[in-house]
Amino acid sequence: MEKKNAPVILNVEHLKQYFNITRKDAVKAVDDISFHIFKGETFGLVGESGSGKTTTGRAIIRLYEPTAGKITFEDEDVSKLKGKQQLQKFRRDIQMIFQDPYASLNPRMKVRDIIAEGIDINHLAKDENDRNQQVDELLETVGLSKEHATRYPHEFSGGQRQRIGIARALAVKPKFIIADEPISALDVSIQAQVVNLLKKLQNERDLTFLFIAHDLSMVKYISDRIGVMHYGKMLEIADADELYAHPLHNYTRSLLSSVPFPDPEYERNRKVIDYDAAEENDGKERSMVEVAPGHFVRASEDEVPEYKKRLSETPLFKEV
Amino acid sequence: MENQNDILEVRDLKVNFDTYAGEVKAIRDVSFDLKKGETLAIVGESGSGKTVTTRTIMGLMANNAKIAGGSIKYKDKELLKMSDKELSGLRGNDIAEIFQDPMTSLDPTMKIGRQVAEPLMIHQGLDKKTAMDKALKMLKLVGITNAEARINDFPHQFSGGMRQRIVIAIALVNNPEIIIADEPTTALDVTIQAKILDLMNELKTKIDTSIIFITHDLGVVAGMADRVAVMYAGKIVEYGTVDEIFYNPKHPYTWGLLNSMPTISTKGNSLPSIPGTPPDLLDPPKGDAFAPRNPYVLKIDTLEQPPFFKVSNTHYAATWLLDKRAPKVTPPAQIVERQKTYAKLKGVSLEQVQNGGE
Ligand SMILES: Nc1ncnc2c1ncn2[C@@H]1O[C@H](COP(=O)(O)OP(=O)(O)OP(=O)(O)O)[C@@H](O)[C@H]1O
Ligand SMILES: Nc1ncnc2c1ncn2[C@@H]1O[C@H](COP(=O)(O)OP(=O)(O)OP(=O)(O)O)[C@@H](O)[C@H]1O
Ligand SMILES: [Mg+2]
Ligand SMILES: [Mg+2]
Repeated sequence: MEKKNAPVILNVEHLKQYFNITRKDAVKAVDDISFHIFKGETFGLVGESGSGKTTTGRAIIRLYEPTAGKITFEDEDVSKLKGKQQLQKFRRDIQMIFQDPYASLNPRMKVRDIIAEGIDINHLAKDENDRNQQVDELLETVGLSKEHATRYPHEFSGGQRQRIGIARALAVKPKFIIADEPISALDVSIQAQVVNLLKKLQNERDLTFLFIAHDLSMVKYISDRIGVMHYGKMLEIADADELYAHPLHNYTRSLLSSVPFPDPEYERNRKVIDYDAAEENDGKERSMVEVAPGHFVRASEDEVPEYKKRLSETPLFKEV
Repeated sequence: MENQNDILEVRDLKVNFDTYAGEVKAIRDVSFDLKKGETLAIVGESGSGKTVTTRTIMGLMANNAKIAGGSIKYKDKELLKMSDKELSGLRGNDIAEIFQDPMTSLDPTMKIGRQVAEPLMIHQGLDKKTAMDKALKMLKLVGITNAEARINDFPHQFSGGMRQRIVIAIALVNNPEIIIADEPTTALDVTIQAKILDLMNELKTKIDTSIIFITHDLGVVAGMADRVAVMYAGKIVEYGTVDEIFYNPKHPYTWGLLNSMPTISTKGNSLPSIPGTPPDLLDPPKGDAFAPRNPYVLKIDTLEQPPFFKVSNTHYAATWLLDKRAPKVTPPAQIVERQKTYAKLKGVSLEQVQNGGE
């Protein structure tokens, strides 16, 4: 894809994020993952609930101190950022749209002030008038109307609240947006609008996205490349089309077979491929192997030939 | 009950909200039945009133909500006339809920094992040990790994998806008559979703539970629903069996919904989406609320609310396009493909499918 000639904007190297390390019940939420994101592309992150997607996003925006590993944004080691100015710039450059539209909006603030918070902190408005106008435009951009600005979050439906969160993220004109399940609370018609909107914003503003989701059809549609996570590990990374044409890892295959289609006949006959994580508890050493250009799969040495064979098979999910 | 197979009958329900800006008319004459043992899916745009409808059934209204008319009958009992005490007796016992946002149904200060066990102690009078054993089984059933250790954890120690599985365990643990599931799997990845949906279907047949399933994922609807009701701007605009809605939809809004769903093979720069925004429910439009966004709009849509036109004994749609005087229109290409499937399923011609209706 053409974006591969673009510079790398974010590089995650051997990131580990453990919780409760000192306790017996330590959680290896993210366990030695590496990936990079090119400027201007959308990198989709999919995987089972609890696989560490949100934790990865939160580690990138420095909500946690990584247990190990290095995160580089625009060639700067994120953990080494210091001083109010550097941090404020970093917090403006990377915005996160949260999974939970309820918890992330202050119930006592009017929508106008929620959206304008970043504008105020970063002094992005000339005056009150300009501030209001920016908010009105943002509301319109996300499919709400300026009349909504004077209302409080509880007066909105789940989907409407998520759009307020998107408007808030866009307000500070970020370079990089981590969208954590930004559309799962939206109904399909608005999903399509928001996804089209994100694509349009990306083209116009040269935005880069880390798009976390479990709706695989939407992820495929919006992403240039996709990473598949499971139990804190990255199992497969490939171009979106390639991943769907040739899912290599058994978990990826299971994931794709679970995608529901808006077609009752298909649904009545759908066969879900089961995946048992225990199949990799064999003590073998595994690492990311590039089995085809740009197509990485976590494999042991002796598994590589099988994966290469799978590459040449007819696509599992060819168009119907 | 008008029909003895019905477990729930909602008639002409109207719900308004008092707000600073005026009165929001959120539910405008909604009627539907829920039959024993069936899954009824309610789909529709964000803000169309799905959650408010089901919250009203549960008797869980916001402070500023006002029921402006209608009736909700559960097994011949009028829910709208019940006291708070009677309603809370029904909740969690006869009617269980699984909400969109797991954190609204979980107590952040209580260990999760206890949260699943509590309804068993309250509604079934089980002792603590038996209830905890059942709770543990339930948590395993919904796929909480290492459940023995994790029953002592608090909700915040779980990921979004795992929290929802705990909520599902709480809802199912008492074998309720009706489960109202409001986007129950939205926060889950698809493999777990597939398991949870199977589980719900299995339980449904085992204990003959009826399910009202709210989701915007039409893929999930296709796999779960026996019947589907499509809502727009506080009204039901079309309802029918799952095959009728997916293969022979009649309302242009339903066309738009089905059209904006990407399939695995969708490509291109932009998804077909329904242009525009839903109407302001402070001042709902006079005619068909969908008219301003409807590419097939007729003059009469802007003047008069369409009545329900009968397509079959089980299928009704509120669109003037079904009136005898309306011009014949061709739906979007993807919908025509669906009609072809319907024709094949029913063994009739495409023309017969397209001309069906009264
Ligand atoms: N603050 C924390 N303390 C302890 N464990 C945590 C904490 N935050 C997350 N975890 C654990 O880390 C793992 C990864 O959680 P994370 O929220 O990143 O998953 P996710 O992939 O985003 O899942 P979902 O799709 O359900 O949102 C889970 O096992 C979770 O319980
Ligand atoms: N407490 C409230 N005060 C004022 N308006 C409200 C209140 N609760 C809901 N509404 C309005 O009622 C309408 C219906 O909301 P509801 O939550 O039922 O939508 P929904 O169909 O469930 O949407 P979603 O798919 O986004 O969850 C919306 O226009 C919403 O703004
Ligand atoms: Mg998450
Ligand atoms: Mg809702």
